[in-house]
Amino acid sequence: MDTGKEQSSSALNENKKENEKLIRKISSSPHVRSEDSTAGIMLDVIIGLLPASIMGVYNFGLPAFIRILICIACCAASEWIFELITKRRITVGDFSAVVTGLLLALNLPPTLPWWQAVLGSIFAIIIVKQLFGGIGQNFMNPALGARCFLLLSFAQTMTHFTYDAVTTATPLALMKAGEPVNVLQMFLGSTAGTIGETSTAAILIGAAYLLIKRVIDIRIPAAYLGTFSICILIYALASGRGFDLMYLAAHLCGGGLMLGAVFMATDYVTSPITPVGRLIYGALIGILTFVLRSPWNPTTSAEGVSYSIIIANLLVPIIERFTMPRSFGKGAVKHE
Amino acid sequence: MARMTFRGGIHPYEGKELTEDKPILDYLPKGDVVFPLSQHIGAPAKPLVKKGDSVLVGQRIAEAGGFVSAHIHSSVSGKVKCIESRMTAGGTKVESIVIENDGEYQTIDFKEHVKPLDEMSRDEILAAIQDAGIVGMGGAGFPTHVKLSPKNPDSIDHIIVNGSECEPYLTSDYRRMMEEPDKVLGGLAIVLKLFPQAKGIVAIEDNKPKAIKLLREKAASSYTNITVNKMKTKYPEGAERQLIYANTGRYINSSMLPADAGCIVHNIDTMVAIYDAVVEGIPLFTRIVTVTGDAIVNPQNYRVRLGTSFQELIEEAGGYKNGEPAKIIAGGPMMGKAIFTTDIPLVKGSSAILCMQEDEVAACEPGNCIRCGRCVSVCPGRVVPAKLADLAERGKIDEFVANDGMECCECGCCSYVCPAKRHLTQTISATRKAVLASRKK
Repeated sequence: MDTGKEQSSSALNENKKENEKLIRKISSSPHVRSEDSTAGIMLDVIIGLLPASIMGVYNFGLPAFIRILICIACCAASEWIFELITKRRITVGDFSAVVTGLLLALNLPPTLPWWQAVLGSIFAIIIVKQLFGGIGQNFMNPALGARCFLLLSFAQTMTHFTYDAVTTATPLALMKAGEPVNVLQMFLGSTAGTIGETSTAAILIGAAYLLIKRVIDIRIPAAYLGTFSICILIYALASGRGFDLMYLAAHLCGGGLMLGAVFMATDYVTSPITPVGRLIYGALIGILTFVLRSPWNPTTSAEGVSYSIIIANLLVPIIERFTMPRSFGKGAVKHE
Repeated sequence: MARMTFRGGIHPYEGKELTEDKPILDYLPKGDVVFPLSQHIGAPAKPLVKKGDSVLVGQRIAEAGGFVSAHIHSSVSGKVKCIESRMTAGGTKVESIVIENDGEYQTIDFKEHVKPLDEMSRDEILAAIQDAGIVGMGGAGFPTHVKLSPKNPDSIDHIIVNGSECEPYLTSDYRRMMEEPDKVLGGLAIVLKLFPQAKGIVAIEDNKPKAIKLLREKAASSYTNITVNKMKTKYPEGAERQLIYANTGRYINSSMLPADAGCIVHNIDTMVAIYDAVVEGIPLFTRIVTVTGDAIVNPQNYRVRLGTSFQELIEEAGGYKNGEPAKIIAGGPMMGKAIFTTDIPLVKGSSAILCMQEDEVAACEPGNCIRCGRCVSVCPGRVVPAKLADLAERGKIDEFVANDGMECCECGCCSYVCPAKRHLTQTISATRKAVLASRKK
């Protein structure tokens, strides 16, 4: 009896093993995936930011390099520690924190005290990104949120600019004060400003890379720069400058406009997902930047890109709601 | 007007080079053959045989369970072993007729009821198609005679034969077009006899230039009402709604039928089945199956008797390379079904067996949506997959429907492109099925 039982149970086991061997994993279609990944996209953005970073270090030397390293290290570390403490999946490997750190650094003056850079990095990752749920969940660009936090907290050091170790106003501030500026220098980047914003040429090289790799959608920068240019030209005509293309070029190359249009406004998480929404969002930032730069009012700040993008970030849910695409065949009529 | 393409779509690895130049080989099953009674949309067929009965090749062994249903014919001669539920590619057990193959392949007389085509009336042609048990052979399995009996036949002005074969790896339609172009066009000509005011279109993707050239030559020499359209190579060019739009510029949505756009869309293999049924009197019991993938020793195209087991055909193709494959799929990689056992029969809608050494889906871990918008730009249904999947995950069914979630055709483009590797199609598809099920109640 016993042996019989044993035999049957061993036969059953055998059968079970056989079945396990035959049964393989299944899943619902599709069964293939593209090679794109979040980490790959972030690496592309980092590559796109390299020309601007190199120009920043070339222009401002070791202090710029140190601030870039501080911001990247602090952002990555903040993300890692926060996720460790809150027992979430560690997402440092997707490089999004590195992008935030690099972007933040490029938006800081090279002379900013190092501890303020540390504070900004922690604010970007913990307050703006992680407290709202981590990657994909933040409603505001973390780097820009941190930059605005630093601008409000440390107005003096955040607006103190030097070039060749000499304290000087940024070209945009000079323009506002009615002083002449050298557009070619602004295009190449040999002017005062934040680490990454001065060289339009370097930013455009990065933009070309991201567009070719289809990482960013041209709709946002095109709508942004287009709308802003139209506003500036209308202002130029209205203020008696005439159709002044050099004035427009100076505005386009000045301040954080190019860096913002290519790398900040195009941040996936905080820009609309709908194609039409992206045009509206870009145009909105263009108008806001023009209004905040208010070239007619010499008493306000010459800058306006960061706040414009942040305000538009907040409006993204509304823009999306009203720009949902029309589905294929919606409202189609029967063919008779 | 015809655009020959649509907005959105993707370009996955095609994998067609594995089998596109391999001529169709005939394969005769050695073991039992299994005929699930439900291998079409509609009521299951009712068995006409019982255990112990002898059957011949081409003999009807089950009759349609209603108008929207289809007959089933034996593909071998032998004895009915049993009628029991058997596993199918869909992952469910279906009542099936199992026939013990005697290997003789004795056939019934096909020509007995055949009339010359010119003497056949519209109803006689339809009856011949219905008698042959023909269903759409692209996978869905909608009974062809039902498709060919629209409410308002006069409104049909386009009969589109889908030769785009946009699903990666599949080459069965391509081989059909290359080896039996006359039957493909002949089948279409028969359908056009039913709709004399309609224009016939064979739509082929431009990655099959030889097939386009061959069919254009054949069509030009014999038919005035058939044109061959060259489509842009893109997945899912062959999706019914996108195909109609690409060829006619007309839109239909999920609540409409192709007939609402004056179109009827057919698969290539279905055309051949119609030709065989009407001209030769042969019912549907064979089809072309591509056995392919990097885990198969000799990828091939086979003319297979329906009911043959997947396992037999895989062994015929040389079996597996490097041991057990990670994944076996009935159909293509974009819309095919992963199967957990190969002890299942090939049915009317089986176009391919794809064996892959790697499971790409299992290899990647889904992360948070980064809102990159890639799913939106590739979606042929022009919905917002990221939003729909989010609503589906949170159980917001009403909002899911309000955001046109039911317009999704489950082509898989969104899951394919998602850099965060989210299972968008799967999530949306599950909710769609739940909504459809609740509507039926």
